[in-house]
Amino acid sequence: MLAVLFFGFAALLVVTSLMVVLHKNPVTSALFLVLAFCSLAGIYLLLRAEFLGMVQIVVYAGAIMVLFLFVIMYLNLQHDVETGLQIAVRRGIGWFVGALMLLTGGVLLKRGWALGPANEVLPDVERGNVASIGRVLYSRYLFPFEVTSILLLVAMVGVIVIARGRSRAGRTEAVEGGAR
Amino acid sequence: MIPLSWLIALSAVVFAIGVVGVLVRRNALVIFMSIELMLNAANLAFVAFASHLRSLDGQVFVFFVMTVAAAEVAIGLAIIVHLFRLRETVFVDEIHLLKG
Repeated sequence: MLAVLFFGFAALLVVTSLMVVLHKNPVTSALFLVLAFCSLAGIYLLLRAEFLGMVQIVVYAGAIMVLFLFVIMYLNLQHDVETGLQIAVRRGIGWFVGALMLLTGGVLLKRGWALGPANEVLPDVERGNVASIGRVLYSRYLFPFEVTSILLLVAMVGVIVIARGRSRAGRTEAVEGGAR
Repeated sequence: MIPLSWLIALSAVVFAIGVVGVLVRRNALVIFMSIELMLNAANLAFVAFASHLRSLDGQVFVFFVMTVAAAEVAIGLAIIVHLFRLRETVFVDEIHLLKG
């Protein structure tokens, strides 16, 4: 049963990721990406990472993809036009590099480099996944967690500064430059 | 229990698709989506190993990766919007100021 579910989610993930890359319309790509994230959340649930599965849906499929769709709508993008010899050559190079990466991954997979389990039982059997992650996050990883808040603050300030664009100061400079 | 090698293989496939997307597409937004795919492939590898090693550290790491991805998407999309205002395009071929 677990294997059937895994193969279903894996097939969905691979097909939707391919559609993200191959589809010409950015909106359709974004919607396929939502589906890819949802199937990934399903795989997380199969691996008993319930917290990450939920966060995947809420943060990725919810927040990040809404941001993507808003930007696509704001920019009013049409279908991509991708023709010409240069594009064809680069597309060939892209697929070649992708195949090469896949081959490298396959070679690495042949080696048995995975260690055995560190613990005999899952550390979260008695408390549940969310409680265990919270316990680890607020004890051993407390400092990285706090640093994350600074990262988000910096990102927020940066986004506001960038999205505001050249404010009045820059515009008057441009006008003066034109007058000169 | 799902074998570790299946999960790592799936992660490798998704990562390779992301690489192909970055190399093949010209639309900056789709390139961004491909980068998200690659980040998610790495997350999947983290969760797979965390499940295999029966440890929670990998899952905590995925949490941090998601935070960084959220920040990166917000800033990247702001840059793309700004670029669109300046150059009226999001196609990376037409943004070649650094080309000699």
